[in-house]
Amino acid sequence: MLRIPCPFCGDRDEAEFRCGGELPREIPQPGVDDDAWSDYLFNRDNPKGLVHERWCHSFGCNQWFNVVRDTVTHRIHAVYRPGEPRPALDGPCATAAKSGG
Amino acid sequence: MRGYSFASLLGRALRGHRGWPPAWRSADPGKAYDVVVVGAGGHGLATAYYLAKNHGITNVAVLEKGWLGGGNTGRNTQVTRSNYFWPQSAAFFERSLKLYEGLSRELNFNVMLSQRGILTLAHSHHEMEALRRWANAIRINGIDSEVLTPAEIGRLVPLINLDARFPVHGGFIQRRGGISRHDAVAWGYARAASALGVSIVQQCEVTDFNIDNRRVTGVSTTRGSIAADKVCICVAGHTSVLAAKAGFRVPVTSMALQAMVSEPLKPCLDTVVISPVIHMYVSQTDRGEIVVGGGADAYNSYAQRGGIPLLEENLAALIELFPAFSRLRLMRQWAGIVDITPDTTPIMGHTPVRNLYVSGGWGTGGYKAIPAGGETMAHTVANDAPHPLIAEFGLDRFESGALIDEGAASGVAH
Amino acid sequence: MRNGSEVGRMSSPQPFRGPDGGRIDRGRTLAFTFDGRRYRGHPGDTLASALLANGVKVLGRSMKLHRPRGVLSAGIEEPNALLCVDWGSGLIPTVRATAMPLLDGLEARSQNCFPSVNFDLGRVLDFTRALWPAGFYYKMFKWPDWRAYEWAVRRAGGLGRLPGGADRTGYRHLNGHCDLLVVGSGPAGLGAALEAARRGEDVLLVEQDMEIGGSLLHDPMEIEGAGSDDWLAAALAELAGMDNVRLMADATVAGAYDHNLLTIHDRSAAWRGDGAVESFWKVRARRIVLATGAFEQPMLFGNNDLPGIMLAGAVHKYATRFAVHCGRRVAGVLNNDSGWRSLLAAHDNGTTVCAIVDTRSDLAPALLDAAEERGIAVHRGATPLTARGSFGVQALRFASATGPVRQVDCDLIGMSGGLNPATQLYSQAGGKLRYDESRHCFVPDRDPEGWEAVGAASGSFTQESGTPVRPCAAAPVRTGGQWLDFQNDVTVADIELAVRENYVSVEHLKRYTTAGMAVDQGKTSNLGALTVLGQLTGRTPGEVGTTTSRPQFTPVTIGAIAGNRRGDFYSPPKRLAAHDWHAAEGAVFDDYGSWKRPACYGPDREAAIAREVLAVRQSVGLFDGSPLGKIEVKGPDAAAFLDRIYVNNVLTLKPGRVRYGLMLNENGIVIDDGVFVRIADDHFLVNTTSGNAERICAWLEEWHQCEFFDMQVVQSNVTSQWAVATLAGPHARGVLQSLPGLIDLSTAGFPHMSFARGRLADGMPYRLQRVSFSGEQSYELSVPSNRAVPIIERLRAAAGPGELLPIGVEALMVLRTEKGFVHVGVDTDGTTNPLDIGFGAVVDRKRRDFIGARSLARPNDRRADRRQLVGFEPLDANASVPAGAHFVAVSNGTRRSEGFVTSACDSPTLGRTIGIGLIERGFGRKGEEVLVYDNGRNTPVRIVDPCFYDPAGERMRA
Repeated sequence: MLRIPCPFCGDRDEAEFRCGGELPREIPQPGVDDDAWSDYLFNRDNPKGLVHERWCHSFGCNQWFNVVRDTVTHRIHAVYRPGEPRPALDGPCATAAKSGG
Repeated sequence: MRGYSFASLLGRALRGHRGWPPAWRSADPGKAYDVVVVGAGGHGLATAYYLAKNHGITNVAVLEKGWLGGGNTGRNTQVTRSNYFWPQSAAFFERSLKLYEGLSRELNFNVMLSQRGILTLAHSHHEMEALRRWANAIRINGIDSEVLTPAEIGRLVPLINLDARFPVHGGFIQRRGGISRHDAVAWGYARAASALGVSIVQQCEVTDFNIDNRRVTGVSTTRGSIAADKVCICVAGHTSVLAAKAGFRVPVTSMALQAMVSEPLKPCLDTVVISPVIHMYVSQTDRGEIVVGGGADAYNSYAQRGGIPLLEENLAALIELFPAFSRLRLMRQWAGIVDITPDTTPIMGHTPVRNLYVSGGWGTGGYKAIPAGGETMAHTVANDAPHPLIAEFGLDRFESGALIDEGAASGVAH
Repeated sequence: MRNGSEVGRMSSPQPFRGPDGGRIDRGRTLAFTFDGRRYRGHPGDTLASALLANGVKVLGRSMKLHRPRGVLSAGIEEPNALLCVDWGSGLIPTVRATAMPLLDGLEARSQNCFPSVNFDLGRVLDFTRALWPAGFYYKMFKWPDWRAYEWAVRRAGGLGRLPGGADRTGYRHLNGHCDLLVVGSGPAGLGAALEAARRGEDVLLVEQDMEIGGSLLHDPMEIEGAGSDDWLAAALAELAGMDNVRLMADATVAGAYDHNLLTIHDRSAAWRGDGAVESFWKVRARRIVLATGAFEQPMLFGNNDLPGIMLAGAVHKYATRFAVHCGRRVAGVLNNDSGWRSLLAAHDNGTTVCAIVDTRSDLAPALLDAAEERGIAVHRGATPLTARGSFGVQALRFASATGPVRQVDCDLIGMSGGLNPATQLYSQAGGKLRYDESRHCFVPDRDPEGWEAVGAASGSFTQESGTPVRPCAAAPVRTGGQWLDFQNDVTVADIELAVRENYVSVEHLKRYTTAGMAVDQGKTSNLGALTVLGQLTGRTPGEVGTTTSRPQFTPVTIGAIAGNRRGDFYSPPKRLAAHDWHAAEGAVFDDYGSWKRPACYGPDREAAIAREVLAVRQSVGLFDGSPLGKIEVKGPDAAAFLDRIYVNNVLTLKPGRVRYGLMLNENGIVIDDGVFVRIADDHFLVNTTSGNAERICAWLEEWHQCEFFDMQVVQSNVTSQWAVATLAGPHARGVLQSLPGLIDLSTAGFPHMSFARGRLADGMPYRLQRVSFSGEQSYELSVPSNRAVPIIERLRAAAGPGELLPIGVEALMVLRTEKGFVHVGVDTDGTTNPLDIGFGAVVDRKRRDFIGARSLARPNDRRADRRQLVGFEPLDANASVPAGAHFVAVSNGTRRSEGFVTSACDSPTLGRTIGIGLIERGFGRKGEEVLVYDNGRNTPVRIVDPCFYDPAGERMRA
């Protein structure tokens, strides 16, 4: 059971959240070709290591936010709000958010 | 393959079992191979075996970063079935089941195929309609399936609680479905492939692909560089990781699929029972353990361990359907990393890199596909053209939109 | 469960119980039975200690070879003494007698033996065991197939039997938090708890034993200048006096999960026959101190599995804690100092040790002196060979340091192959282990975040002389008789065979031989197996590596993990505000998603549905449509936002008007349909399919917050705030108009697809939309949920006695099937796009982008041979064709599915069977005859337009 630092509510258990998956690339313009569209729609980086993903505190504030999480250790390195820039991750856990560990 | 039989066992027993040869040869990596298979799980080993047996290509290396059969092949819940909705899927998985039916003799290794029947349950009137649609599709595909009433289900599985929170409205059974011994499948293929000359190299991790002008020429590994005319990726949950090394992305998400077993018990459950809507399936192994499987943890994961929410959910579902199991004790819980595609159909065939092939995206159902997966991938690699059974399983389906969405079409996730 | 007092009348001596000592309450006697024979013990006993006190040696049989098994250990690691036990709980299989508190009236039975534990026919497998080496089943049983043998193998496998009768135990889930979780209450654990507690930290200390104290309970020592009993009492008093400390005994930390969530299986209230409760805790800990001690390992020699061969620590523990002297003449087989300490202490407490065989030569002088003082013969540098006996030990043979084989007569062997820290939880949490050569064990090396191992769990064992442990090795006798895994019957010969066959990876070895796969999960066998594997392959155990520990540390009752999520608590059903009213009307409730809704009214389903359908067609019916999804969308950008969500044009909808719409996912698949209402310019009401409101509301939120975040709009799910009474039928308007205060309903003023809101004469707020899923004139009247029953009653009164029939979901499904109205999720599936159900023109007309639009331009989405929505009629009007049947094309004797029936009914209105379905190229096949296949039966049908009734829609617009 992950402990996820909601940027709006603070630390909460995974059971209160819904994972929206890896952050998609920007939605392509309607005119893109099938290849680019299917790349957006289906292909994923699916990294082994740090992933930028989207979570919703659905049984809490119902707000979506972004999480930087390690897919091997499940350690949460950072959280940030939609629209905020991706945090730099130089240190082991460099951001406003606390580590989940 | 030969060498294993009651007679040979009896003979060697008299000599203290001293004469048994290694089941397979542990090879060191060579300089060059006709084909390098990445991943010594069931699919990789079976691909190597059929390359050697069906196509005469024996200069093959199977590279494994850990120990053979140590990924999802050794972690799944051993279910074998071919009750698929789409004709393409059904033809492929039925071929696999047919191969399973002869596998113990083919490999001279008892994989303990137990065709005890797989019962799929419906818990509402509407689900029963969806199940009927699915069961009819299976029969039209030429595969056995039988719709059962709740009373028939009660007779078949006396422990089941028909009046659960979501009452059992009916179900269907594929009697040829069942379970088998997963380790034996890996070991049997390893032994048979090794006997045909295939090199199985364990503790050898592929770190990169050597690609020249969008054509693969070999692999770099933790034990040196290896040249290869053709390379086939068979790495279950790690398809994305290997694809990234080769410079392309795949429509795959890796997740931790959980399973768990109870302490062993004298026989009490003779059928595999699946409830797709409650997300729970259960069977009893020949050793007597109750094996319970369910869904995957709902986020990307490469950690081979399961979390708590799903554990509780699976076991609550189990107890709701099988109240008698509440006093058993859970012995062990684990997870395998599965690579899930958007349509839950595997990805098999060519990649954007020439002479590099992929067999992945097996999601929660790769084990049952091992024999046919190996046979068709061997064909694909040998002929540089997809085997007819997997022609529609290629990566290109995502561009055209021609998905083969098994769960969506049958109306039930599976 | 027998009556305790009745059993208690029988008196039986406890021949192996010492006259004094032990932490047992000799003032009270507990009566219990084992295999029908009556025995007595005392409070404080475990079932095992009580059986040993009574001289019972053989408690069970091994799993594979049915060899007799006695008690090996005195704790949770026990692989042998597994019994079926009933303490009012039903007969629970595979209970560890060594960790089961003795209860009055308890009934225990041996398992996995027939006819009895002392004469088990299954032992024939032992006598023929040359035929059953590791993995024998992989080599045979292939002809004709496995099923021919499986039934027999299955019956041989397994241990106990499934308990019968109802489970009367209560299970509850509890959550906790703490600064520090201490696992284990020995001196190291208590010390850590005290230190943190004094600093003011919130401390939770968990002990799996019934009593707090760990090793201090049987192994007194001096701590901080005090005797351990005094120290323990003081420590407990101090901890009890602090309100930042919680102590739990008889509770096991079973699993360590992500981010330091630990699960605890609390059995402290489990031993009552009635009102028993087991708790499953989830505790989030900032820090964890692992003070779980270490597991003593067996030694290798011939017949080392005989009943009467025990771990030395267990001999000690039974002697001191329970005053049970398991043998009259004890021989020790040791390779380490810890075993010495145990046997010397046991001797000092009344268990007579006569000889010690140590495989090491250079023993500390203090040990030799201690042995001499006590008259214990010491054989240094000796090699244990074989234990003699059949159902118990009679003697130990060993090779002395100089070579000659000698023999000691004994009735108990206490063995110690060294200690291995109990690091299972540490590994579960991701901690890494290191092989410690001098102690011959795996010790914690790299701590997971927040974890620390202390005491024996960290590999620091007390009072060692400094002479290293000598790793145990197979004795120079037949290796097939030297057991590594006592429960699964894995011997050294099995490891040799596995190595010979190249199963040399530790995971292959485990799976091939089953070593460590028994219910104890290898607590007393893993180290031995991989030591032997290392010796055979020229590696140290460190190079061989260990297998990964997984939850559970010790097995946990499945019911406890499932908790009270049973029956309605498994998934609480949603009930209509007027549920009881429907019930009083004779409603038959079915599950529709999470809702319990009236399927129909009356026991005869077919007749009820027909009656209800005809009521709507001929006069008027009342349908409770409350679960209909209702989402309010409001804000300056509401129209623009919804225009991106719906396939349909939202911008042109006028306030007060209603439009039907489809929602797609990005892949172009239909995910929901329903009407949307423009209440005001900036205010919409979105109706979703019943049961889909949460999902669609979340879908809107996700799009708004993550992609369209610059749009000014809010959405809110108001489904449960409004009860919906739908009046449908030619008389609907007449009945409804009689509600005082309602707007004028005449078609001119309030035509089909209109919306109004206001208050009734009595002030009750209402919302009214004129939409139709039945094809008749129809009004959906929404009122606050708590007014559901009053409004229904008023409508009923307005209609006149018996005139307003309630109709259920099934009748509505027939009505909409007659109209050919699509029910998303029934007539569509996860592959259906809007073109397939006839919305191609709508899609093509919309010039703006919407979710899913791009996908509809892919070649596959435009393929001519896609399955398209059609209606059909069987050529035989009354032939039954169920939903789920397939349209098939037959050529050359093979069938091919062209699609399937999605909805079908026996239409009371039309007096015939009708249906709709999806079939390849369906739009162009009207009039064609095809076969429908169901369960082996073909029925010819004709493809027709999906609308069977009032195709012009005059009735619903009337």
